[in-house]
Amino acid sequence: MPTVEMTGHLYRFFPALEDRVIRVDADSVAEVLRAVNQLAPGFTDYVLDEHGALRKHVSLSINDRILVDRKTLSDRVPDDGTVYIFQALSGG
Amino acid sequence: MPDLLLLGTRKGTVIVDRAGGVWRPRPIAHEGIPVCYAARDPRDGMLWASLDHGHWGPKLSRSRDSGATWQDLASVKYPAGARYIKKYLPTPDFDPEAPVGAPEYGDATVYKIWHIAFGSPRQPGRLYAGTIPGGLFVSDDGGDSWNLNRPLWNHESRGGDLFAGDATSENRWHGTPASIDYGVFEPGIHSIIVDPRDPDHLHVAVSTAGVIETTDGGKTWAGRNQGMTNDYMPDPESEWGHDPHFVTACTGQPDHLWQQNHCGVFYSDDGARHWKKVSQPEAGVHFGFPIAVDAQDGRKAWVVPARADSERMAIDGGLFVAQTIDGGQSWRALRNGLPQDNAYDIVLRHGLDVSGDYLCFGSTTGNVYLSEDGGESWRCLGNNFPPVYSVRFG
Repeated sequence: MPTVEMTGHLYRFFPALEDRVIRVDADSVAEVLRAVNQLAPGFTDYVLDEHGALRKHVSLSINDRILVDRKTLSDRVPDDGTVYIFQALSGG
Repeated sequence: MPDLLLLGTRKGTVIVDRAGGVWRPRPIAHEGIPVCYAARDPRDGMLWASLDHGHWGPKLSRSRDSGATWQDLASVKYPAGARYIKKYLPTPDFDPEAPVGAPEYGDATVYKIWHIAFGSPRQPGRLYAGTIPGGLFVSDDGGDSWNLNRPLWNHESRGGDLFAGDATSENRWHGTPASIDYGVFEPGIHSIIVDPRDPDHLHVAVSTAGVIETTDGGKTWAGRNQGMTNDYMPDPESEWGHDPHFVTACTGQPDHLWQQNHCGVFYSDDGARHWKKVSQPEAGVHFGFPIAVDAQDGRKAWVVPARADSERMAIDGGLFVAQTIDGGQSWRALRNGLPQDNAYDIVLRHGLDVSGDYLCFGSTTGNVYLSEDGGESWRCLGNNFPPVYSVRFG
């Protein structure tokens, strides 16, 4: 089952995800995010827009490979892989 | 007499309480999150804040306990099939003389919830939210769910019903520079006015399109820009393409509307059917963003003038509020207590409010000033707030 790691900023809105290993039964990035949303309802609202696409300033990688399909999140996730969710912060 | 102030700032929501004649800010809420608008619903006391998350999408947040705790709501979303005709970022290589090609369509995404307005007491639970890219959303359950007002979204001034197919008319709505932060050049609804006499009667204002009115609860909409002039357009009296910075109306005399605009201050005493330019450039009253009108006397209004479009800061380093009591025929500068040297503040469109004799404004320099005598004298509530986006009495 893939593992999910994410920026600590998201724990502020979803404290239930903090201090735990997140492993989900999923084959694609879309399925991974749906599964995380089951654990923390509302989670996908933060990382996806109303069309289900990854929000513009959110980055996601599968192991060390940046997500290719930002629109439908069809990238495959290996069973022993890790999905990383992070964001670009800049300015003041 | 108000006893609460809400500041929407670059770094969160600041609530300022008045107790024993002293205004005291609480520790900031929504720490670190830009809040572009915050206000109190006078019907039920609920506090609202529009969170302008750069990464996680815009969210509304509400507090049922006067700011002790807040709950973020599910995102306001465009329905599937909501499209708009794209405008192009005004980049240096943009050629305005290039032949107009076929319209390019984009799927609508909420970039910013720019304004929140509260419905009539006769419509409990009714709320309005105005967005970039130019959607008016309506809730009838206190904000739990939201629906796009389709007649305005599908208005012929935007190209018609793009849910149904391709454009059937020209898109006359232009982008607002306020959208460039999101990497787009799309319009935004920043002013929503509900007529206290008739909950089906609304005015909304759009940057950059103008003022639009409905008298049937949002089923049909019509532009109300007659008398507006737009100095920088090829046709200054064009029906569309106006950039009202903020539009407001007198609660007690709702046919008295005011707007501060790129090209002057405009006033209407006939429900926006006709606008009249009431700027007084020689007195510095011309360019600016916010405007406030007295709740009882529709001829009485205040602006915070700034130096010209190209500079956008206090005029000659002296910050002042200008007041008219005669429908804009004359203006008086109110400076007592405001800095008159080396002040370069700019006050944004939602950054000024009035409640009885109380006036307050906040600037992007983080200065907040309050008057308790209609603007005759001012005192500073603080110089070190984050950049202030909105000021509303509770």
